Amino acid sequence: MSGPGTTWYLVLAAFLFGIGALGVLIRRNPLIVLLSLELMLNGGNLALIAFSRHFANGTGQIFGLAVMAVAASEVCVGLGLVVAINRKKLALDVDRLSELRG
Amino acid sequence: MTLAFSVGNVVVWIVWLVAGFSCLASAVAVISFRNPFFSALALIGNLASLAVMYLLLSAEFVAAAQVLVYAGAVVVMFLFVIAYVGPRREEPWSGGPSWKTFGAVLAAGALLVEVIVAISLAAGGSLGGDGKVGPVFGSPSYIGRLFLVDHLLAFEITSVVLLIAAVGGVILGSHVKRVES
Repeated sequence: MSGPGTTWYLVLAAFLFGIGALGVLIRRNPLIVLLSLELMLNGGNLALIAFSRHFANGTGQIFGLAVMAVAASEVCVGLGLVVAINRKKLALDVDRLSELRG
Repeated sequence: MTLAFSVGNVVVWIVWLVAGFSCLASAVAVISFRNPFFSALALIGNLASLAVMYLLLSAEFVAAAQVLVYAGAVVVMFLFVIAYVGPRREEPWSGGPSWKTFGAVLAAGALLVEVIVAISLAAGGSLGGDGKVGPVFGSPSYIGRLFLVDHLLAFEITSVVLLIAAVGGVILGSHVKRVES
């Protein structure tokens, strides 16, 4: 099977990462910031799996699965934080949640 | 490089283009919807088209795990939490003064250019083709052997990380009133 080469997948992964970074930077709702982080992680994952096929080495896929587990952990903790913020009746706005700023 | 023109080749390209377009379109939709509920639903489209990409990259097990873990667990948890905190609308481009938005777009564009330049400088022209892999590559038995024989420590550490995250999520989400004694 000779479909698109590795470069095409890497360009797509870079664009996915860039869109996710833009979402993290422009949105203020922490839920959408977390969703944009998922986009960035997926961009990284796509690059890992494209390299895995390019070098015919399955370790990249193992790395991708580990990234998936880390993303699930991050969502678990992040959504716990959102629920805790909501219970304290604080604004769900990453610009106004600045108590820890030094 | 000979131009291998065949029907299967064209079909792979068409599937790749459709999946790539829907991947980018749903990613833009995730960051531009006002309602976080629709953003989470758009993420499902993104994950599904990425699963198609993984299938094209002969990573069948990762594609199945992607659908199970992300669409099955992560997005459902997002939808639960969005329903819990209630609908909060927000204009996507209202992040403050316009110089902040301009700076954010500039920073994201710079990051994109940096990634592309770094990859193309590091790899040069060696990434043009695609790797030749056998039919067992990416199958569940292949992944299982790799995971549980070669990378057993990483597997166990991943399980510990997931356990710690689950405990942390429960502690953050529980509301136990501390009894003053």
